[in-house]
Amino acid sequence: MSTNATRPVPRPTPETAHYWKGIAERKILLQHCTPCDKTCFPPRSFCPHCGSDAVEVVEASGKATLYSFVISRARVPEFERPYCVGIAELEEGPRLMTQIVDSPADPEQLLVDMALEPVFFDAADGVTLLHFRPKR
Amino acid sequence: MTELAIVGAAETRRIGIVDDMSELELISEAARDALADAGLTLADVDGLATSYERPNLVANYLGLKPSWLDGTDIGGCSTMVHLRHAAAAIAAGQCKTVLIAHGESGRSGIGREAVDMQFTDLHRQFELPYGTVGPTTALTLPLTRYMAQYGMKAETLAMVPVVQREWAAKTPRAMLRDPITVDDVLASKMIAWPVHLFECCVVTDGGGALVVTAAERAADLSETPVWLWGSGEAYGEALISQMPDMAFADVFAQSGAMAFKEAGVGPDDIDHLMLYDAFAHIPIFALEALGFAKRGEGGDLIASRATAPGGRLPVNTTGGGLSYTHTGRYGMYAVQESVRQLRGTAAAQCDNIDVSLAHGLGGMFAAAGTSILSKHRKR
Repeated sequence: MSTNATRPVPRPTPETAHYWKGIAERKILLQHCTPCDKTCFPPRSFCPHCGSDAVEVVEASGKATLYSFVISRARVPEFERPYCVGIAELEEGPRLMTQIVDSPADPEQLLVDMALEPVFFDAADGVTLLHFRPKR
Repeated sequence: MTELAIVGAAETRRIGIVDDMSELELISEAARDALADAGLTLADVDGLATSYERPNLVANYLGLKPSWLDGTDIGGCSTMVHLRHAAAAIAAGQCKTVLIAHGESGRSGIGREAVDMQFTDLHRQFELPYGTVGPTTALTLPLTRYMAQYGMKAETLAMVPVVQREWAAKTPRAMLRDPITVDDVLASKMIAWPVHLFECCVVTDGGGALVVTAAERAADLSETPVWLWGSGEAYGEALISQMPDMAFADVFAQSGAMAFKEAGVGPDDIDHLMLYDAFAHIPIFALEALGFAKRGEGGDLIASRATAPGGRLPVNTTGGGLSYTHTGRYGMYAVQESVRQLRGTAAAQCDNIDVSLAHGLGGMFAAAGTSILSKHRKR
């Protein structure tokens, strides 16, 4: 890896572009299946639970809890070590991989199931990432 | 359906750091030695299963002209799945003698990249940007949830590498053989809290191969055929962030139940276990999902020394991925040790091993494969 490497950022596909555009606009857009009433993630053109293509885009509230996490010592460009890799569980159901920010990356400060709130992080190249932090 | 016998088995002559052989040569050495073990030659092989490298390329390199190929590559449990697929193909008459060949230059990266995650697009989009650089920050995520849910202590988890190192001490080919204590584990470098260095597998080069054939030919080819009584495979969420219940490995349970049903046996009938262990918590998850321990009690079972040398249920008797070897797709080495224990040729040979179970994980809890093997033909 070269020394001037930058952090990995998503390259949206046509099926996921609406999600990443939403994040850039500070909105968490999920797909909701009308026939089976389930919320799907990651985005795709159909519902993986029932096979229907009657999926609509809905905006999530942003309310979430910390489903699980680890404190990583890995070297990643633009990441301060250590950092917290977490899984945020949205109140609508879906879980999202995320980075837990605005908190020490310290297992004493982070608790499974603690309340989280979204932090929209503008990374390079106009890409925005969805981080979370402990709810204030 | 499963009337399959393993009639030849071999690992590469060296494992660990083998930086003077390409991946294709690791595969080939293991393949040729496994065939020699069966008293066969490459000319006898009409089916090939392998992962990572394309199977037709490997067949061509070996000089094979197979009529059946399986290139299923779902990570570490690919070998268990290849056994299952080979059993079906042989039963269907599509081939007679299948070579299941594995080799990985996972540490030295000769002829390939070293540890290669083969990241999928969805992982790249939805997980990688948040610092999930590989197994240390992905395969470990369920552990924190598990520990919170069941209250398992760090000292209990640390017993997994301690006990497995005792098996490795009896195994000359193991990469790490010096005894370690719980304090040593907890004092080792923190890799991704709550996981310490000694709770992570070694990263190595190596290979292994199996020669399998139909029941009626087995007795002619081997004095000690090993029979596949039952097998299972299961597939779940490909992204670790989507794992339905992080405190329970559902894919392990599905694959195990399939294998037990096919074999007509249950956990009480198993004398020896090889449980995939890229990290110390994976065998704990496997013990619970396969029915050897209640939920939340897998760590206690290991800490009780039941799985240690002299215990009632020997587990990972080479030292496993934590101490013996782990090239990236570890499943082959688990099956090889099951075969050795059943043949009576293991370095840390246990007494009275009639039935052994080898269980593999694929990806980040995305897949599982299970093989139930015996030295007796199924009744």
